Amino acid sequence: MKFLFRNVKELVELATTENKLISELMIEQEMLVTRRSREDIMKQMDTNLTVMEQAVEKGLKGVHSTSGLTGGDAVLLHNYMKKGNTLSGALLIDAVSKAVATNEVNAAMGTICATPTAGSAGVVPGTLFAVQNQLNPTREQMIRYLFTSGAFGFVVANNASISGAAGGCQAEVGSAAAMAAAAIVEMSGGSPQQCSEAFAISMKNMLGLVCDPVAGLVEVPCVKRNAMGAANALVSADMALAGVTSRIPCDEVIDAMFKIGQTMPSALKETAQGGLAATPTGRALAERIFGADFVKGV
Amino acid sequence: MKFKSVFDIIGPVMIGPSSSHTAGAARIGLVTRELFGRQPTWAKIYLYGSFAETYKGHGTDIAIIGGLLGFDTFDERIKTSFDLAKEASLTFEFIPESGHTEHPNTARLVIGDDSSEMELIGVSIGGGKIEISELNGFPLRLSGNHSAILVVHDDKPGSIAKVASCLAEQNINIGHMEVSRKEQGQMALMVIEVDEHIEEHVLQQIALLPHIIQVTKISD
Repeated sequence: MKFLFRNVKELVELATTENKLISELMIEQEMLVTRRSREDIMKQMDTNLTVMEQAVEKGLKGVHSTSGLTGGDAVLLHNYMKKGNTLSGALLIDAVSKAVATNEVNAAMGTICATPTAGSAGVVPGTLFAVQNQLNPTREQMIRYLFTSGAFGFVVANNASISGAAGGCQAEVGSAAAMAAAAIVEMSGGSPQQCSEAFAISMKNMLGLVCDPVAGLVEVPCVKRNAMGAANALVSADMALAGVTSRIPCDEVIDAMFKIGQTMPSALKETAQGGLAATPTGRALAERIFGADFVKGV
Repeated sequence: MKFKSVFDIIGPVMIGPSSSHTAGAARIGLVTRELFGRQPTWAKIYLYGSFAETYKGHGTDIAIIGGLLGFDTFDERIKTSFDLAKEASLTFEFIPESGHTEHPNTARLVIGDDSSEMELIGVSIGGGKIEISELNGFPLRLSGNHSAILVVHDDKPGSIAKVASCLAEQNINIGHMEVSRKEQGQMALMVIEVDEHIEEHVLQQIALLPHIIQVTKISD
């Protein structure tokens, strides 16, 4: 099968020489690979965007998971932001609150769109709906944001991993943050090369992040890691737009992430056996939720 | 390239909380049901690796049962699948295993009803995407790059040729094909990877051919 790009280098080169947006190349590749029409592909992404909007809306009204471990933080953050005295800026806290909203809905078994996974589903929509207020994009530009994210995610998924069980949280929230960073740059009018710099800067700061969910639930620390993933994405995008570049090329950062994931012990890859899951409080929470037998097994 | 579509990355639309442990699990259940051709009345589900350690927290169990009941990743009924299974007379058992598998998110499903049984090994490779690595003891080596048709058939002369010519008539090109059988003259399996999108009517046409037991498409 013919693909337009297999790594970030090819993606950026093609976008630069053909003077096309990265989102455009992702759309063209999708048409080529699946033999579907542009209209059909745009329509499906529009549907996914609507699912993301609805999840954020629901989360900002306040949801709680059945375990009781997560919920309500999106509301706290949004109310705090509205008071107008945030230290890190309204846009950043807006993104954080919307990322948290999405993951709180996910933890409560609500409907979300995986980007690239469910556990990391907050970062891409959280940042999108926050920069939306400043950049005033059209609906098509918002849909394109998801294709730009998807193009970078496509490279990571095929050349490394987007699975916490295979590569730790760096593969999930790490990938999501880097994907979002690249998409913010494109929406802000940055070059394809700047998109790739933003991706590399973001991913470099997520390397080594382990997947250690308390009681095996996609709640603690997953929801707050999406918050920080959104913050990381915004700062990385600003750095790239300022002209800062990564000394290590994007594809080599992705390869490093893959190799770190391979050497990460399995206790830290979504097995709930190490890290925060294995702390006294983490174990006590697991016991409260599932009973003593479950924790003994862990 | 295991992931070929942008919607493998931005998607699926699903019920939380985990794309690999909930959406992927639902898809493994759903593919198993499709391959079986009907709802089973009993199921034994063996879980390995991260699936075995964290299935309760991720709703892997209710998602697999939801899939066996025919629910897709975004179907809200997944949340109450255990109750719905009772109503549908599906009995099931989950058995966490300690053995190691190639991929950490692996499930072995043994299902059946009064007339037959089926066994399948499914792997959730991330982001809700799955691969089937074994069916009824037949190892499957699906690349995941192409649409694939699985044809369970009797090991009789001409059955392979008839399927191939049926695809040729529809102008569908075979990219890769594997045939395996348990014993001479017994049940056999064709795994056919094709370049084109497969329409439902093509599957129906193949199913009507002699010696064909079951036809399903996956990873399209």
